[in-house]
Amino acid sequence: MAGEPLGGLSACATGEAIGSGELDGAECLAFWAERAGDETLNAYLCTDQGDAGQRIAGAPVAVKDIFCTEGLPTTAGSRILEGYVPPFDATAVNRLRATGLPILGKTNMDEFAMGSSNENSAYGPVLNPWDRTRVPGGSSGGSAAAVAAGAAPWALGTDTGGSIRQPAALCGIVGLKPTYGAVSRFGMIAFASSLDQCGTFGHSVADAAELLSVVEGLDPRDSTSTGIPGGLSRPTASDLEGITIGVPRDFLEVGVEQGVADRFAEALETVERLGGTIRNIELPHAELGISAYYVIAPAEASTNLSRYDGVRYGLRVPADSLVEMYERTRGEGFGPEVKRRIMLGTYALSSGYYDQYYGTAQKVRTLIVRDFEAAFSEVDLIATPTTPGVAFGLGAKTSDPWSMYLNDLFTVPMSLAGIPAISIPAGLAEPPEGGPELPVGLQLAAPAFAEQALIESAHALEAAIGFDQRPEGGGNS
Amino acid sequence: MIDRDQVVHVARLARLELGEDEVGALADELSSILDHVDRLLAVDTEGVEPTTHVVPLENVLRDDVPGEELTPEQALASAPSTEDGAFLVPSPKTEG
Repeated sequence: MAGEPLGGLSACATGEAIGSGELDGAECLAFWAERAGDETLNAYLCTDQGDAGQRIAGAPVAVKDIFCTEGLPTTAGSRILEGYVPPFDATAVNRLRATGLPILGKTNMDEFAMGSSNENSAYGPVLNPWDRTRVPGGSSGGSAAAVAAGAAPWALGTDTGGSIRQPAALCGIVGLKPTYGAVSRFGMIAFASSLDQCGTFGHSVADAAELLSVVEGLDPRDSTSTGIPGGLSRPTASDLEGITIGVPRDFLEVGVEQGVADRFAEALETVERLGGTIRNIELPHAELGISAYYVIAPAEASTNLSRYDGVRYGLRVPADSLVEMYERTRGEGFGPEVKRRIMLGTYALSSGYYDQYYGTAQKVRTLIVRDFEAAFSEVDLIATPTTPGVAFGLGAKTSDPWSMYLNDLFTVPMSLAGIPAISIPAGLAEPPEGGPELPVGLQLAAPAFAEQALIESAHALEAAIGFDQRPEGGGNS
Repeated sequence: MIDRDQVVHVARLARLELGEDEVGALADELSSILDHVDRLLAVDTEGVEPTTHVVPLENVLRDDVPGEELTPEQALASAPSTEDGAFLVPSPKTEG
């Protein structure tokens, strides 16, 4: 990548260069299309050359395969949608096109966004560009790996319990999940509707924020959409004077790898060096987040995924009766993790268990929301490591679902509370089993709709941390 | 603790065909996941309202006027089987 002017340009700068006429939009798209086509991490499920004559106003965008794209296959990483070509664009995709940002391709993902390693894709796992024997994180692993490897300038993803922030951390890039409702969910294939949120990946906070500013906004087609009041402007902060950042020390007690803990401690020192104040806070119910999440998300998924019935689109496995056709189609079309979650959700919602599981989980969710409200009465932002550990090996956690779920321990509480959060690279650390150093993510979270404050502080910290490493060889071996 | 009979029952509710090996594996996996989830039951949630929506929103209404929608042809284009402008499915009758 070094030495290549286009590949080294930020996505924001690319858009400016096209706007001023210094750079030709078609040439820029051709450059990135070649990069996307050459990538060998299995990050893309399909690439797109765009339409001749389309208006190109900025850097092209890699789009997670969970967003419906008119005329481009959309599978959500599932066999049950193999070959499906939607007749419409998701609102987020529509906004990209309307802004003149071409779609570079559709990125690989855990099936229906259920996973933290990309190993649940029906189309094979994505490899981590820092170490091809390791996972890129998930579920938006294809988007994260493509950006990290220089196979896309920036990307769209979705985050239900950490699916943007966790792969961003494991791939050494920036991942931004806005407030619930900031971006329309229309045409974004539903997993858990009360949690699903579109967000962005980039090499910098400015790039991730710029892409978010393109896709955010109220949409009449999604009655839960709000946009970000006041919108977003490019971050300019260079210090943290007057900013108080809360650290939930008790919550972080549980099993954080030493390398991650070291980078986190250094990041907090950097906060103070920039004039910010660190304050200990308590989030007493946050550690229950994973338990609540694994009732609420599967329950919502089990209802959302009932639409895959072999009738209107996607796979159909023929059978003599209607019910048999449903059962066989779904039995063959869904992978193991999706089946597990449909089963868990159906059980949790079934007669006699609804109050015990779903009702209780939603009450615990309220307690988590209150924890954040109390914390934000004292601090401006909250900081945690994004993940307890660095990228793990392919297959290392597939036999024990709960150990896989714990990857999202620090990201799930923010999703349950619907608040915005960002992961920025905090440096590299050696994995516990030894070997080459891997990226570590720092998570910052803010109150609902405080995206501007979040990206200002993240921008200042990013500059002070100065992480500029890229994976050797990247995705083009 | 979830046994094989419960797995079979829930799979039927969810309209999922499972192989014998899947039934056994799911009984173990779901039991293990619920052991962790059961920590929720020990939390004092007396008087706590369940969350229904995280962002305060009033009812969102719009005028009842048709917008730009798919044509019947577009809506049927992805279907595995169609006839006379409708989705074609096997008979529901043969189900016992």
